[in-house]
Amino acid sequence: MSNGIGASPARTEDRRLTTGRGRYTDDFKVHGQHFAAFVRSPHAHANVTGIDKAAAEAAPGVVAVYDGHQLTGDGIGNIICGWAITSKDGSPMNMGAWSALATDKVRYVGDAVAIVVAETQAQARNAAELVEVSYSELPAVIGSENALKSGAAQIHENAPGNLIFDWGIGDEAATDAAIAGAARTVSIDLTNNRVSPNAMEPRAALAQYDAGDDQLTLHTTSQNPHVARLVLSAFYQVAPENKLRVIAPDVGGGFGSKIYIYPEEIACLWACRKAGVPAVKWTSDRTEAFLTDAHGRDHVTTATMGFDANNKIVGFKVDTIADLGAYMSLFSSATPTYLYATLLSGQYNIPNIYGNVRTVYTNTTPVDAYRGAGRPEATFVLESIMTKAANELGVDPAELRRTNFIKEFPHETPVIMTYDAGDFEKSLDNAMAAIDYSGMAARKAEAASRGKLRGIGMSCYIEACGIAPSAAVGSLGAGVGLWESAEVRVNAVGSIEVLTGSHSHGQGHETTFRQIVCERLGVPFENVEIVHGDTDKVQMGMGTYGSRSGAVGMTAILKALEKVEAKAKQIAAHTLEASEDDIVIEGGEVSVKGTDKKMLWHEVALAAYVAHNLPEGMEPGLKETAFYDPSNFTFPAGCYICEVEVDPDTGKTDIVRYVAADDFGTIINPQIVEGQVHGGITQGIGQALLEGVVYDDDGQMLTGSYMDYTMPRADDVPSYEVSTTATPAPSNPLGIKGCGEAGAIGTPPAVINAIKDAIGADVSMPATPQAVWSAIHATKMAAE
Amino acid sequence: MYDTNFQRASSAADAASKMAAADDGKYLSGGQTLLPTMKARLAAPSDLIDLTTIDGMAGISVDADTVTIGAATTHADVAASAEVASAIPALAQLASHIGDPAVRNRGTIGGSIANNDPAADYPAACLGLGATIVTDKREMSADDFFTGMFETALDESEIVMGVKFPRAVKAAYEKFPNPASRYAMVGVFAAQAADGVRVAVTGAGSNGVFRHTEMEAALSNWSADALDGISTSASDMLSDLHGTAEYRAHLVGAIAKRAVAKA
Repeated sequence: MSNGIGASPARTEDRRLTTGRGRYTDDFKVHGQHFAAFVRSPHAHANVTGIDKAAAEAAPGVVAVYDGHQLTGDGIGNIICGWAITSKDGSPMNMGAWSALATDKVRYVGDAVAIVVAETQAQARNAAELVEVSYSELPAVIGSENALKSGAAQIHENAPGNLIFDWGIGDEAATDAAIAGAARTVSIDLTNNRVSPNAMEPRAALAQYDAGDDQLTLHTTSQNPHVARLVLSAFYQVAPENKLRVIAPDVGGGFGSKIYIYPEEIACLWACRKAGVPAVKWTSDRTEAFLTDAHGRDHVTTATMGFDANNKIVGFKVDTIADLGAYMSLFSSATPTYLYATLLSGQYNIPNIYGNVRTVYTNTTPVDAYRGAGRPEATFVLESIMTKAANELGVDPAELRRTNFIKEFPHETPVIMTYDAGDFEKSLDNAMAAIDYSGMAARKAEAASRGKLRGIGMSCYIEACGIAPSAAVGSLGAGVGLWESAEVRVNAVGSIEVLTGSHSHGQGHETTFRQIVCERLGVPFENVEIVHGDTDKVQMGMGTYGSRSGAVGMTAILKALEKVEAKAKQIAAHTLEASEDDIVIEGGEVSVKGTDKKMLWHEVALAAYVAHNLPEGMEPGLKETAFYDPSNFTFPAGCYICEVEVDPDTGKTDIVRYVAADDFGTIINPQIVEGQVHGGITQGIGQALLEGVVYDDDGQMLTGSYMDYTMPRADDVPSYEVSTTATPAPSNPLGIKGCGEAGAIGTPPAVINAIKDAIGADVSMPATPQAVWSAIHATKMAAE
Repeated sequence: MYDTNFQRASSAADAASKMAAADDGKYLSGGQTLLPTMKARLAAPSDLIDLTTIDGMAGISVDADTVTIGAATTHADVAASAEVASAIPALAQLASHIGDPAVRNRGTIGGSIANNDPAADYPAACLGLGATIVTDKREMSADDFFTGMFETALDESEIVMGVKFPRAVKAAYEKFPNPASRYAMVGVFAAQAADGVRVAVTGAGSNGVFRHTEMEAALSNWSADALDGISTSASDMLSDLHGTAEYRAHLVGAIAKRAVAKA
């Protein structure tokens, strides 16, 4: 089947996306459209003592200026965090109130204080500058360690000492005992740098109010429009669900940052109805994106690992402080806990693990899930300490890993994960062979002859994705279930629409999801349409994040297809006077096995709809729905090896080789998967070498534009050498594990380990030329 | 961006009179710094007076001694000029690495030097070659023209008409870019210029582009090794999150050696 599983048809969506014919939220221009601009706090921490709106209200084109008191007065609810975490002492997390428009206090630079609605965008922005907000400044709290210091300013009343929760996983006493009894111990201090998501399309919202039907419609940049509708209705009281339609049209990248429902969407919907205008549009500019899109990572960690005399790990203890910024975003509590510490076993058989995570408020942009979400942080801790341990134990980093690999499945870790399949040695072997690991010494010597410091670093990652099942995440505090839905509609002429609760914002679902239909039914590729991103068209769905759309979303499609197939077989059996068990669907035909009796696919579809001759009691039509809830996470894993050359004169690092050997289980479209790996690795290299959000002590962001925030460019990265092996995931019938985040998860430690190998010194992320030169320089000074 | 009046000048005199008539006018000569600043609402001139429309403002001429570049000549045109590449290869090479293609297709040499961004490339070439800046009122040496960070000797409404670069015996420009902006974090233009050895440093100095006289003296013996042992004071260096003063001071030495070796 040329377009089935394992084929790489060209991405269907690219015809429109690469020719300027995509339809993004800002592209929708509707009758009576007005524009919103937000008045934002210039201070990181201040009391709001007064708001004078008179000049703004009198400005040309202005329809309305609303503040936070009006918003809360209208019953608009505070922004929620959807995952409850309980501290070690049994107390609930200390969640501070987050109003879409701040009322009495602002807590980070960019905090929205008021919304201005005007006839044009320029008028709205000009008027926003005329809103006079009086502030009484408070000391800013910047940096998670500072947040916990005694005497630090208090950001939320109900979070004493700025501590949100103090949570642990694993057996602390057993881990302490194992480490105390270890033959050797190794410790490490690490910072996982804060990064900004930088989706190509900034966030946007277009709120429309139809006064005739009392109906609100929101076009927005969302990875999960149904979740957005649910939360906007149930928690923010914007409108009942049946009176709110959410549409996420083409969306230009998310990386996690478009999971959440932000203040701007809430305020635009509320203001549109309140001001009595047909529509209100807001489109973020890049500065607003830097200031308000949820950031990622930002951990400070200390870890200790104990080994026995045979270099087997006996215990691993990790202490992390995670900075959640000024407010708790939707999944901010889950990211540094159940998506982080549960992966601290990595690919290794570790009998005792304890992870302690404290989360804190600071006067910075909220932090939440960002490509990988917790798993890159876990991998960075584990793979950094494994390489450090190899150096201190005097063994090759690959051998230390091999010695400790989990080799039997299922394997239950001390941090609640049950790995169900994998072959970690195979990925390691493939990566080592691809990079010619044993030839490194010669390459190092050759580079030295050119004055360059060559180094090699590896990272063996595992992640839990296809995030599910609902009962499991529910028991851990999730406020939602993590299943996925699909509806397969066969039209009377045999063409097919697949309505999926997954949402594509770059992943290529319109191509990959078609392939599963072609695989099963053998119908032409062009006879299938994928429909997503509109709550009026598609049944409730959970959306796309956590590399879940293949393993969960596509399986839901498969389940719906199986129901369609079963009915089609009944119809064909009835028509062809054969047994259902003898009917096969193949190549667009429904035939009786071993005979020449058959119906074409569209003939079965037509038979279902004309309904002149259906089996006794069968309903007409051919349309089926499935809600699929898997039995476990999936566990993609792999090995990345990076080779760098550092210029000791300037500190500049060039990545000269990069090998990725991944196990994603079954792969539907190899080219799309390879693209995902390339993008993920590039994002990982960005974090390792280039990216980092920096605040000054007053909480002003110093990296608020591309003049200072370094995104990876084409010349920063090499040509990647990627390969895959496959141990199919047992938890879903397709055997898919997921590939969307792997590159970003596995890459940072591979890059940093390579630089450390090259320069023989420690360096933090981002390993900028200055950071690397300073590390070399300090080592040189210390030696002199 | 705030509202602004866009005007095209037909001559230097026309530009000056339009400027005089404006509340708070700004000359525009490519706009690759000014327009992004306006888009960020950090500048709000009442009038933009476009100088690139002045007759004869753009163009390149080369004779036995001098390469003359009109103020409105784009970086892309300089980079693509076979005459420039033949007469002063380092100048064409420098122009080919300013910004990105969009910047090079709009940005001009006049706009660049009149703005005198401390991390811009052209000021290093002017100072490193001992160029003469031609304005609508006078001619002045590059040594006199660049007076500090974003500061030049230009009078209030004085207009740069062009730059005369004397041919050099040898010259090279080496740039270590800021990782984010790709502006020079340190750029060194080293030359055996018409009037002797010149070493001009951009991107690093807290007072903008400057000549490194100690290096110039050492390079009477023209070799990269001649720069060994010459240090640059960190106290005169810019410092930001991409490069401390100490790092920049070190880079000046490392990049200067590369420029000398390349020339």
